[in-house]
Amino acid sequence: MKIAVISGKGGTGKTTVATNLATVMKATYVDCDVEEPNGFIFLKPDIKESLDVTIPVPTIDTDKCNHCKACVDICQFNALIHVDKVMVFEKLCHGCGACQAVCPTLAITEEERPIGRIQIGTYGEEGMACLSGTLNLTEPMAGPIISQLKGRLGQETSLIDCSPGTSCNVVKGLLDATYAILVTEPTAFGLHDLLLAIDLVEQMSIPFGIVINRVHESHNQVSLYCKSKGYTLLGEIPYDRQIATLYSNGELLVRQSQYKAMFHEIADGVKEAMACSSSL
Amino acid sequence: MQLVIISGKGGTGKTTIAASFAYLSQDSIKCDCDVDASNLHIVLGGEDIEREPYIGAKAASIMPDKCIQCGACERMCRYDAIHDFKINPLKCEGCAACTVVCPANAIELKDEVTGDTLVTQTTRGILSRAHMIPGAEGSGKLVTDVRKKAKKYGTDEDLYLLDGTPGVGCAVMASITGCQGALIVVEPTQSGLSDFKRVLSVVHHFKVHPYICINKYDINERITKEIEAFCQEASIEVIGKIPFDTWVDTSINGLKPIVLYEESAAGHAIRDMWHDLQHKIG
Repeated sequence: MKIAVISGKGGTGKTTVATNLATVMKATYVDCDVEEPNGFIFLKPDIKESLDVTIPVPTIDTDKCNHCKACVDICQFNALIHVDKVMVFEKLCHGCGACQAVCPTLAITEEERPIGRIQIGTYGEEGMACLSGTLNLTEPMAGPIISQLKGRLGQETSLIDCSPGTSCNVVKGLLDATYAILVTEPTAFGLHDLLLAIDLVEQMSIPFGIVINRVHESHNQVSLYCKSKGYTLLGEIPYDRQIATLYSNGELLVRQSQYKAMFHEIADGVKEAMACSSSL
Repeated sequence: MQLVIISGKGGTGKTTIAASFAYLSQDSIKCDCDVDASNLHIVLGGEDIEREPYIGAKAASIMPDKCIQCGACERMCRYDAIHDFKINPLKCEGCAACTVVCPANAIELKDEVTGDTLVTQTTRGILSRAHMIPGAEGSGKLVTDVRKKAKKYGTDEDLYLLDGTPGVGCAVMASITGCQGALIVVEPTQSGLSDFKRVLSVVHHFKVHPYICINKYDINERITKEIEAFCQEASIEVIGKIPFDTWVDTSINGLKPIVLYEESAAGHAIRDMWHDLQHKIG
């Protein structure tokens, strides 16, 4: 069972919700925000395993190449050009294998090129599983790392901490999710970006609920909007300085009993909403 | 001169600062490069004077009348996008590998509209921006297109203000390349510090001059000092320190740049920072 945590807008508290909720739900935590993974700053797991993520990139055997340029023509990502010989721009390559498939002289083989890393660890006495991926700097493609992370998950309940925004990386995080938690803020920006996130999960037919972070007053424009639309409001996290301080020091909120209770309530809401959506 | 405002982490106050700078420099040309979740137009308002569909990706499509159901495409596809002779557009990368192996020529690549590029005439000048269809691929290319569109409205001498994307990936790199200066907004938190170091490496990689601004510097003065010490060590200038200020929420909800609120300490800090930056970037 995969629960994805997304937010149209960055910095709304996705990681706060995903890490704290994972600990109260005793679920596997998966940091798929591989451009800026922050979950492990809060969970500080014991790292048990660390491995490279690679993608296959073509290498050209110049002896076999007959300069037909079929590989250059088929490449949709402009990763190959022909000037006297075929040259490969590794960072543009998506590792799709089309060039190799199209080459009539079998001049193309593939080599694995690292683009990032995956870390696997455990948190706490009960050994809650934690996974995190990190994209190497100046690498453009986060997708393969997200796919690798998700490929390691089985049937256990897992919380997928997705990238901000609504781009293809968020889609990769959301694929196969049974439920999505949309984290937002009670501001006009928050509402604007929440609508984009709702658009995305509705397109993908994933049932969802909303958590509003940094709430001053319970009758804010976002909660009023959610109520008017009949969306599930899973919970509100108050705007309070103690939370900001705990966060800034890289501490989990559930260490304080009042916040622990708050995340238990959100967890109950998620379980209930998931039970309802699966019985439909 | 192109100045990009970025942050490793989202929600650090990038748009609050970008909107204020945009307001203070009426003649500059603005680009909202945060194409996933563009917010600058919400603050600046104005009217769209140009709108164009953007073809950002390709996706394969199987012609059922030609398909002989041999399964070669499914075996070839490395993105797990083909099952039962159907293509899942959310997984398809448009790489064309399936078209190569199809013996019946039953697969074609089709252009996909992944959003719109827009040019908005605001009271504070031209704003180039985009609306990306949620879930679309290729936001980096869309950022490049937004920047190209902006160039039509100015000359090389003009100041271009770019509101960047969070993260360090494809879209961020497309926001940074070719800029002369990058204002990196960082929050004094453990995760903010970690993200800042990552994005700074990317800025260095593209040989763009970094300026640092610490937002809400007083929420954790210990980490603020850590950031300042790190910057001093690396000979990077901390050009602004903005205090935590509840006026910022008022300005966001009022949809007006914070520099318009006379009582706001954050607004004053941003104004001062803008004057400093202007001298630096000429």
